[in-house]
Amino acid sequence: MLLVWGCFALIFSPACSRPEGSSETPGHPAEAGPPCYGDTLITGSIGEPSNLIPILASDSASHEVAGLIYNGLVKYDKNLKLVGDLAESFEVSRSGLVITFHLRKGVRWHDGQPFTAADVLFTYKTMVDPRTPTAYAEDFLQVEKAEVLDPYTFRVTYKKPFAPALASWGISILPRHLLEGRDIMKSPLVRHPIGTGPFIFKEWKAGEKVVLTYNPDYFEGRPYIDRFIYRVIPDSATMFMELKAGGIDSMGLSPLQYARQTEYRKFKENFNKYRYPAFAYTYLGFNLEDEKFRDRRVRQAISYAIDRGELIEGVLLGLGQEATGPYKPGTWAYNSNVKQYPYNPVKARELLQKAGWRDPDGDGILDKGGIPFRFTIITNQGNDTRARTAEIIQRRLKEVGIDVKIRIMEWAAFIKEFIEKKAFEATILGWTISQDPDIYDVWHSSKTRPGELNFISYRNTEVDALLEKGRRTFDQGERRKIYWRIQEILAEEVPYVFLYVPDALPVVQARFKGIEPAAAGITYNLIKWYVPKAEQRFKLKAES
Amino acid sequence: MAAYILKRLLLMIPIFLGITVISFAVLHLAPGAPTEMQTMMQPKVSLEARARLNAIYGLDKPLHIQYFDWLKRLVRFDFGRSFSSDNRPVQEKIMERLPVTLFINILSLVLILVVAVPIGILSAVHRYSLFDKATTLFVFVGFATPTFWLALLLMLVFGVHLDWLPISGLKSLNYEYLGFWGKVVDLGRHLILPVLLSAFGGLAGLSRYMRGNMLEVIRQDYILTARAKGLPEKVVIYKHALRNALLPVVTVLGLSIPGLIGGSVIFESIFAIPGMGQLFYGAVMARDYPVVMGELVIGAVLTLTGNLVADISYALVDPRIRVR
Repeated sequence: MLLVWGCFALIFSPACSRPEGSSETPGHPAEAGPPCYGDTLITGSIGEPSNLIPILASDSASHEVAGLIYNGLVKYDKNLKLVGDLAESFEVSRSGLVITFHLRKGVRWHDGQPFTAADVLFTYKTMVDPRTPTAYAEDFLQVEKAEVLDPYTFRVTYKKPFAPALASWGISILPRHLLEGRDIMKSPLVRHPIGTGPFIFKEWKAGEKVVLTYNPDYFEGRPYIDRFIYRVIPDSATMFMELKAGGIDSMGLSPLQYARQTEYRKFKENFNKYRYPAFAYTYLGFNLEDEKFRDRRVRQAISYAIDRGELIEGVLLGLGQEATGPYKPGTWAYNSNVKQYPYNPVKARELLQKAGWRDPDGDGILDKGGIPFRFTIITNQGNDTRARTAEIIQRRLKEVGIDVKIRIMEWAAFIKEFIEKKAFEATILGWTISQDPDIYDVWHSSKTRPGELNFISYRNTEVDALLEKGRRTFDQGERRKIYWRIQEILAEEVPYVFLYVPDALPVVQARFKGIEPAAAGITYNLIKWYVPKAEQRFKLKAES
Repeated sequence: MAAYILKRLLLMIPIFLGITVISFAVLHLAPGAPTEMQTMMQPKVSLEARARLNAIYGLDKPLHIQYFDWLKRLVRFDFGRSFSSDNRPVQEKIMERLPVTLFINILSLVLILVVAVPIGILSAVHRYSLFDKATTLFVFVGFATPTFWLALLLMLVFGVHLDWLPISGLKSLNYEYLGFWGKVVDLGRHLILPVLLSAFGGLAGLSRYMRGNMLEVIRQDYILTARAKGLPEKVVIYKHALRNALLPVVTVLGLSIPGLIGGSVIFESIFAIPGMGQLFYGAVMARDYPVVMGELVIGAVLTLTGNLVADISYALVDPRIRVR
């Protein structure tokens, strides 16, 4: 889960998706004949990977590419269920304290060396080594003991039950024989990774592209596609033109491109567009330390005054759905049965009146104790959807007597000077939604220090207790109850006005077959994508 | 003359130091440190992890210490290592991209010269003619057109609709398999739009400047003398007038180096060209201090060298400057 600030970074990331019945499946998925090998898939990306040892990188481009080169012990399958990856199977002890992984036998690194439990132990040790500049050590510092029982059995013991633990082992396992005893920051693997994954690293031209070729030895079978090229195109308009001209085969579309610029025959013949809810939501968050927003009725009134349908129509061109809480509709943690706030300005005004906001001077703006109801919504530059959302909200709140100003700032200044210092009244931002429902970092009252993520200063003892319990509980049924209750409280208290869940809008050249949109998006089965012989565009020259 | 050059060289040292101090200060004053850009708003990253990263990169030291550390390394021509997570030496990152940027900029400088000078001369000689008015219009439209917009327009026309030219990048995917001439043609096709675009803005300014100079020179007494001698108009214009009018233009060209480097940031991003401008843009966005400083130092050195060459060439032809 991280803050979304450009929509492109996340749209094509493997973490997105969910069909929700709404997925606009292209016209001709199945009729393509038997899968066959060959051809090249070229994907466009705004950002360039920075480091292909994924534990050292924090950008989505690095993780996207590295995800095809490395494997974790576990992964999320197409239905977002945790299944074994490098681990053939795993057991969690009844107490939840011990996890035992049984590793696949016969897996080889791309350089031919065998993969064993020693590699897993090495990866763990690297994660907790204070000299490793990784941002993801936190989950692994909870481990009390990690041990290799035999070359194909690995066991970790935790200090206390920690439900997100299992998912944390989805981290890329690194080759011990190439990294042990060396400075990981200066390792050649940074620019020339060697993993166990479906694709083998071939070359990286700085600022230009990363080229991967198929791994003939992959334990799930070789990918049908011969080559995967990750092209760096920093400008999104350029990327869209490259797509139309055949320079790239896939990218993430913006709502405008999806709805208005790709609806002609030639485009539809050449490309398949996909659509499913992204793992993200956009919200209007209040600074709860601000006197105006202390009263729950005021927050509820604002929620009633905002027309979410209008936001989705106007900002996302209909390509999204209403958000009711911090989870994605359709996932197991999502509770659809919470208090809803349909657009109702009359009710909004009533609630505001009850809270003491009236308009005695008749200037159209409510006052309380002689102070007019005015506040500023801040958001970051470079994300037009947020700016437009703010404008629509501004107009709707004006109608119920609240005067809103909008301020848009460069990302770093916005976070550093306003959000982290809590120097704001209200903000429009987004979160990506992680597969594990643990949202401790965003909602627990202990996370309200400057620089931490509960920057709205939300404090609720019941929510605190539930968040702690949710982390310690492994049973999905039990956890669901906990997180459903949290959603009920959040819906009642409105610390955020949850606005919408945008759709991910990837597009892929029509010659690629075998794409099956699922809960996990489309890229989960990349190794099963193929191009019929007759339509193949690139032939891989024989390697000398 | 040697004394003059020495004086100018020595003067460059404090100027250079001043540039680095100001760049360093501005860079660090901008909100957001590199480690924060990497870890901001990520739930899996604790405050402690951030502090740890700060210590690894030496960002926990006072600013002046950081500056002197940087300066100490610079004296040994060591620009340090990038703060982006690849942690590569800055030299390496810049050197692999510098040739592309220089190459495109030199090509566009040549293009500017070859086109702007004749336009300037012709419109000066035929002042207020239809040609002069047409070029004036063209030049001002060109000056006012935002480069990025024109770039996208040309890409759409030549790349998507007509399919004559590639849209972005420098090489086709099958570049490695082409023969020598195939490679040259491929590279050339990729370069047409970026070079044209980066030359476009400069074209306008320089041709106006050339026109102005030429008009100035034509009014001089020695031109009148040349004409009075009965020299053919061609000789008067292209020999006597042009030589005198051209000199300041060459100087201006030398001074336009920083502008061109700045322009690289824009067109390299639009055309996805793996040059220095693209690296610079990314580094600024990520607050990658060592890379940004490295690029600024190279930009400063190029600019100062450009100034020096301009001054020296002036001094060579105009004795009055040497005396001052």
